[in-house]
Amino acid sequence: MNLFLLLLLLILIFNAISVVLTKNLLATCLIFMAQSTVMVLVWILLESPDLAITEAAVGAGVSSLLMFITLKKIHVIDEETRKGGESRNE
Amino acid sequence: MNNCFRGLRAFFSESESPLDADQIRSLAGSVQEAGPSSAEMLTMHEDNIRGSERNLDNRFESSKKRMTAVYRILSVLAAAAIILVLLYTTAGLPSFGDAENPTQNEVQQRYLEKGLEEGGATNLVANMILDYRAFDTLGESNVLFMAVCTVILLLRVSREDTDRRLREENDDRHFEPKDDLILQMGARVLVPVILLFGIYVILNGHLGPGGGFSGGAIMGAGLILYLSAFGFARTERFFTFRTFKTVSFTALAFYALSKAYSFFTGANHLPSVITTGTPGAILSAGLILPLNIAVGLVVCCTMYAFYTLFRKGDM
Repeated sequence: MNLFLLLLLLILIFNAISVVLTKNLLATCLIFMAQSTVMVLVWILLESPDLAITEAAVGAGVSSLLMFITLKKIHVIDEETRKGGESRNE
Repeated sequence: MNNCFRGLRAFFSESESPLDADQIRSLAGSVQEAGPSSAEMLTMHEDNIRGSERNLDNRFESSKKRMTAVYRILSVLAAAAIILVLLYTTAGLPSFGDAENPTQNEVQQRYLEKGLEEGGATNLVANMILDYRAFDTLGESNVLFMAVCTVILLLRVSREDTDRRLREENDDRHFEPKDDLILQMGARVLVPVILLFGIYVILNGHLGPGGGFSGGAIMGAGLILYLSAFGFARTERFFTFRTFKTVSFTALAFYALSKAYSFFTGANHLPSVITTGTPGAILSAGLILPLNIAVGLVVCCTMYAFYTLFRKGDM
């Protein structure tokens, strides 16, 4: 059990670093969503199911969804050309 | 006096543009009447400005490169310093669940020992946040309500906007997505299940994990899926802006009225008229069940409102 928890925490650190360093904005939002999902497992292993349910509904659900809509509103995800989230910095 | 009026008229003129070169020269010419030295000073100043602008451009480019390199090194050093300080502080924390922690005091004892008989809920977390500290949860629900009011103020597209192009760009309704068969077939099966599960989590908040917040978020996600799959026109048949206002306000007002005595009595409770019932039954735990329902409704309306205001600009 301790090894599993250690593995999940390492995945969390890796996700957090890669959110900053990814150039593709769509991939950044997906990694953020995956970070919330891993956090759900961590909460279960720390014996707090209330937090796990709330994190699953809010973090991996509604909050990431709002980020996707924001990406659509600023025209990063283009439907016609299927560019799929190039960062505006390049 | 004429010069005064011309200057004032240019200052308060209808056009927003500042004085251009012609107006400067005409003003300089009119100032010449006051004395030739001041007009010469004005034209010399103009030439000086143009010459030094080119010089400034070259020096600006080279110093910009230097400042970028210095800024990058300094920012990495600052981030490393902050990380080291935070790691050092975290290493000094006591271990998880230790018996001599400062948080193991009589407050925790009281919650654990007397929680079941005083609150009546089997879920001790719900007992704590909706019975012992119900006033704090009222503050949290207020924060949610204020957030959604702010988003409505900022993002709602009013129908009386005369600028039609701006309104069409903000209001996503003109670009309704095409009917996606997979999404609609999936939503027909999933939306009832999600809504039912959300209601189950809210109603069983005092018996198991969950409660108002998570159940409300699940119900909100179900409504979002319905809106995404079936479009704006079909959703407006049962959930309009008026519905949102009524439900949200009624739920929050019920919560506020039932726990507002804490403003006057401090930390003391009033004796409750609703009995706590047998623990484990669904109609137990006093006021916790209605408060859960109220919080769940507020959160559901808030999540749905965020999505539809971001997306469509209206509800």
